[in-house]
Amino acid sequence: MATPCVFCGAAAFYRLFLGGRVSLTRRQGVWKAAAAELQTDTGFQILRLRHTTGVTTKKNVAALRRETYTVDFIKKQIEEFNIGKRHLANMMGEDPETFTQEDIDRAIAYLFPSGLFEKQARPVMKHPEQIFPKQRAIQWGEDGRPFHFLFYTGKQSYYSLMHEAYGKLLEAEKRQSQLQAKGLFSEKTETKDLIGSRWLIKEELEEMLVEKLSDQDYAQFIRLLERLLTLHCGAEEEFVQRFRRSVTIQSKKHLIEPVQYDEQGMAFSTSEGKRKSAKAEAVVYEHGSGRIKVNGIDYLLYFPVTQDREQLMFPFHFLDRLGKHDTTCMVSGGGRSSQAGAIRLAVARALCSFVTEEEVEWMRQAGLLTADP
Amino acid sequence: RRGVSFRLQALRVCSGRHPCAVCCPATMLNRVTRLVPRARQLDPGRFLHGGPQGPQGLAVHLDDRVPDETPRAGSRPSEDDPAGAGEQREDRHYRIPLQDLPTVFAHGLPQYQHYVCQVKTFHEACLLVRRPALELLRHLDGTNFAHPAVRYVLYGEKGTGKTLSLCHVIHFCAKRDWLVVHVPDAHLWVKSCRGLLRSAYNRQRFDQPVEASSWLKSFKTANERFLSQIKIQETYMWNKRESTEKGRPLGEVVEQGLTRVKNATDAVGIVLKELKSQSCSGAFRLLVAVDGVNALWGKTTLKREDKSLMAPEELALVHSLRKMVRNDWHGGAVVLALSQTGSLFTPRMAYLPQELLGKEGFDALDPFVPVLVSNYSPEEFERCIQYYLENSWLQHEKAHTEEGKKELLFLSDANPGQLERLCAYL
Repeated sequence: MATPCVFCGAAAFYRLFLGGRVSLTRRQGVWKAAAAELQTDTGFQILRLRHTTGVTTKKNVAALRRETYTVDFIKKQIEEFNIGKRHLANMMGEDPETFTQEDIDRAIAYLFPSGLFEKQARPVMKHPEQIFPKQRAIQWGEDGRPFHFLFYTGKQSYYSLMHEAYGKLLEAEKRQSQLQAKGLFSEKTETKDLIGSRWLIKEELEEMLVEKLSDQDYAQFIRLLERLLTLHCGAEEEFVQRFRRSVTIQSKKHLIEPVQYDEQGMAFSTSEGKRKSAKAEAVVYEHGSGRIKVNGIDYLLYFPVTQDREQLMFPFHFLDRLGKHDTTCMVSGGGRSSQAGAIRLAVARALCSFVTEEEVEWMRQAGLLTADP
Repeated sequence: RRGVSFRLQALRVCSGRHPCAVCCPATMLNRVTRLVPRARQLDPGRFLHGGPQGPQGLAVHLDDRVPDETPRAGSRPSEDDPAGAGEQREDRHYRIPLQDLPTVFAHGLPQYQHYVCQVKTFHEACLLVRRPALELLRHLDGTNFAHPAVRYVLYGEKGTGKTLSLCHVIHFCAKRDWLVVHVPDAHLWVKSCRGLLRSAYNRQRFDQPVEASSWLKSFKTANERFLSQIKIQETYMWNKRESTEKGRPLGEVVEQGLTRVKNATDAVGIVLKELKSQSCSGAFRLLVAVDGVNALWGKTTLKREDKSLMAPEELALVHSLRKMVRNDWHGGAVVLALSQTGSLFTPRMAYLPQELLGKEGFDALDPFVPVLVSNYSPEEFERCIQYYLENSWLQHEKAHTEEGKKELLFLSDANPGQLERLCAYL
């Protein structure tokens, strides 16, 4: 029975110290008050951090206390941010109503020029939601009872999500078996959704749930979603799409140079390439016999080393057009190996205009169209 | 896109007992073939001949071989005997019997270690017959020995086959019983020589005993039979005690040069002078073949005692060779090959006679017949690849296919030297 006395003593001590700030509205028994007060150190509502390091001895709680951001605090920050944004817009002479985040970034970079190499260390002015880490609201009520039924699992959002997903899976299976029983089941294959999008990565899921996950948890969740997808039910599509992010297809960003025609009517295509400090410009003719001239000199004499000539051969060999094109190149800068690389890039880009889109995509995947700095 | 890999199976294994002319003359039709397991094909100790069945077997396997009318269609070398240029057609590999190699090419081919290795591996020395060499041979056949010696200069870009064409010509003339004076690489005489001596004969000039004696030795092996026939026409005093009388065979001069190394350079000079003067008489035909002739008029890296650079004419060997290469004699021919590879202080891209010889050299050699040696034509390239394939030298699966050949063509740009380097030893 000594413990309640200690609590009482501690509670009394706190009450004496913090006076008016303590709200003594909750007095429902010694134990509960003491428990409530132990949890509410300042007597006020605290937010339990999700980033606690696991060391929860009394002396460390005081240190961690400083990292908590109360809801009011965040609200105040947001108001300050908005006001600051308007001030900034006035300073820059722009319209405060239509001042977007990009404008803010530009203004800050102008007003506080920084030479730091680490971009994240430079001065930044963003909405508080992006700066302060997301935290969870209080998860238990006045009586200390947690709101969520899965609170005591430790990862309530994750398990509730799994529970929801599994519920949907069971429903979908039930529907499918009903359809099969009626004989109306049809094999619908809609796998188009999967192309061009990817599953959330573990960090994104953690951010979404505001909870730490382990790798096995994440894998389990993805497996469950994939199993859900195999059932092909339209109702669950939305649910699943929440967890997919789109992936832009890179090759569509490429500019394919147009084919030009010279005086004799021969089709040719020009483009440039760079590698280290070498710059090259290549003109590839559509019909030819595989001769290459570099700076007016035959490529065998310009590149006596076999390795350089292999680099030149790569784009043609990849597209199976070894003896079919004539090329003229001008190259400058760099050493012999970087000049060869620059010409290779230029030639690959020029060949894009004579080749189908599929082959352009293959070239991109082979790395022929990527500039090597 | 991958081609199927083919294996050469229809090859005949030669036992090596008979001379090659017996096994592989041009018109043998009934040959026994047996399937040779693949492992044995790779054994370098055996002779691998395609045989007459070879090309037809190949024609079945490969995509686009068009067999010619003759059964030996374009595959195996058949000509051992260079005599009769009519038999030699272009785009054939022409084989030099191995027993000729030590005599005809006694000097060796200094910069051609690859070729020497290839000869050792394949147990045969094969050269592709190409147009420049054929032209030269035809000209040589029709030389009028009453007229002054005609000078032919082989020139071309690096690696196009000048030296090997020269070797072809030398072998041709040696078979016809000409006396061949072959300087494998004149560049060796103008750079990094040790043991320069002041010439006793002419105080202005310098002797090179080492180079001269090695040249004399190979000259002797190459032309044994002539050395006893030719008699010198003057008495030469080597020193107070030794001399060679008039009328003694040339061999004695050579011996003197070999035994007394100090007199080697003078011996070389005497040999060249005698040969030149006596070829006019018609006892023998003389062929002067010099490779890297631009060294004679270029710069040297040899220094005098006072550390200043020497000019080439101060070297006695160079001086006598220059006299040899002049066209003031008749009864033979002079075939020269330019070479940038070993030359000193010349730009890498230079290959024209004007650039490599300089004004002085050009004037000295003028008039000459220039013979351009260029890269392989598509047919020649094809032939070369076939040769390698027949000897099972190219082991990559794609080597048989069109794509593989195109790759090789691109990488080597039909340059014989590059192709050889690509396909050769590591």
